[in-house]
Amino acid sequence: MPYLVDSLIALIGKKTLSLLAVLRDVSILINSVFYWTFIAPFTTGKLRIKSTVSEMVKVGYNSIPIVAVISFFVGIILALQSAYQLKKVGALIYIANLVGVSLTRELGPILTAIIVAGRSGSAFAAEIGSMKAAEEVDALKSMGINPVSFLVSPKMLAMLIMVPCLTVISDFVGILGGFVLSVTVVNIHPQSYIQQTINALMVKDVITGLVKAVAFGGIITIVGAYQGFQVSGGAEEVGMRTTASVVSSIFMVILFDLFFTVLFYYFT
Amino acid sequence: MQNESAITIKNLITRYGDKLILKDLSFEIPRSKITAIVGGSGCGKSTLLKHIIGLLKPASGSILVGGRDIVAMNERELNEFRRRIGVLFQGSALLNSMTIEDNVALPIREHARLNEATIKIMVKMKLDLVGLSGFDDFFPAQLSGGMKKRAGIARAMALDPEMLFFDEPQAGLDPITAAGLDELIMKLRDIFKMTLVVVTHELHSLFTIADHIIMLDKGELIFTGTVEQFKFSEHPKIKRFISRQVEEDKYCPEDYFNIITAD
Ligand SMILES: Nc1ncnc2c1ncn2[C@@H]1O[C@H](COP(=O)(O)OP(=O)(O)OP(=O)(O)O)[C@@H](O)[C@H]1O
Ligand SMILES: [Mg+2]
Repeated sequence: MPYLVDSLIALIGKKTLSLLAVLRDVSILINSVFYWTFIAPFTTGKLRIKSTVSEMVKVGYNSIPIVAVISFFVGIILALQSAYQLKKVGALIYIANLVGVSLTRELGPILTAIIVAGRSGSAFAAEIGSMKAAEEVDALKSMGINPVSFLVSPKMLAMLIMVPCLTVISDFVGILGGFVLSVTVVNIHPQSYIQQTINALMVKDVITGLVKAVAFGGIITIVGAYQGFQVSGGAEEVGMRTTASVVSSIFMVILFDLFFTVLFYYFT
Repeated sequence: MQNESAITIKNLITRYGDKLILKDLSFEIPRSKITAIVGGSGCGKSTLLKHIIGLLKPASGSILVGGRDIVAMNERELNEFRRRIGVLFQGSALLNSMTIEDNVALPIREHARLNEATIKIMVKMKLDLVGLSGFDDFFPAQLSGGMKKRAGIARAMALDPEMLFFDEPQAGLDPITAAGLDELIMKLRDIFKMTLVVVTHELHSLFTIADHIIMLDKGELIFTGTVEQFKFSEHPKIKRFISRQVEEDKYCPEDYFNIITAD
């Protein structure tokens, strides 16, 4: 069946080419985002402080309640689930270790990243996408303003700063959730729970979590901006791209998490 | 009469996908004059304008401004060039997240180091020029279509550019405001010696303001010359355009039958 083979090969070729085109577009975007965020402020003296602060409020400050509540619940859930197992071996005090380590190393950063992807990554895609659809991006260019510099770099800076901050909050509140459950339901002495948590946590755990958080912030911004700039039609496409930005940023976050976890496992 | 040209376009060809949009255009836009681009809807006027301001790269051809080819410019040179021009887009394209004042101030804040008080005064002057004083703190969504157009014009003029490009500035304006706008456009030419390129459908305004006319039809250049030449042109399409006659014999009955029965 030569026809089938032909079309199969053609399909593989087409998919590869379109993937290559996406990779090329994304790398051009990454390049220009990094230029306008980290190099241009020094060469041109143009740091958009006002819009960076306003983005920081939007992505960071306004996310604190939801991040705190979810982390608190997850801390309780983690403590309960660990208690269920540890009870069998009579080592209930190790709840503190499990909750502390898994939150700082893994769950804090990833929970925060997923919440931020849903709140801010989608907002970036929608904002840039609707500006693209309304020719506002063209208007910026026609005024000699680089859209990446104007729209993306404040978001990038805000995310790189605020996602780690939110992660610290998530770590802390999550551990608090575990603590509250352990001292009330499981009847562990508060003093020993705290002592156990301090002994279990190493600075390394917190640092690796924060390194991840910085990377996740960058990934979410790039994905949101990429999807936004891809809009060429009208409002319908904005909605589609917004959804796509959430799905693919969560996917990319988990993929990079895997990468970092393997890296840290072997090299720290 | 035409001393020198501000913009020279040579063999411009554009494609969107397989569709040929602009078919080998060559013409000149005179300096310190008002050039009107006319033509039916969808014939490629906005596309042509986007080429001239460097937003779209053509498939081939060159656009010379002051002896330099825009098509061959890199992003930095283009930005340099764009500082000296002002553009009104067909849909106004004001930034919806900012007030009118901030919209007009945006190019000034970006390209000039001035204190806030000076910027405020400059913005007020521009808004007054287009009859929008008092609307500084409104957001674009709170304005009517015609008011957005005028705010867009104020933004285009913010940096006192050498060249202005207006895509259908009169669309959606009442006759009196439109006449005021015509006056403003002529003032910009007479007092500031600006080069203006205006896409327009309004016959009245066309004959009031234009010095030079370029007419496109389905992506082809069918006329370039002065208003007088345009008025007395023998070209059937131009005659129809001026006398506002509908296009005759769009297709014969057989074609029509084929079109409506096609699936
Ligand atoms: N982004 C695009 N992708 C594909 N085709 C496009 C695109 N933009 C415009 N076109 C096509 O190019 C042609 C010219 O469009 P253009 O907007 O330049 O017309 P116009 O002369 O400005 O019309 P109008 O007077 O209605 O504004 C149209 O046939 C349109 O379908
Ligand atoms: Mg148009």
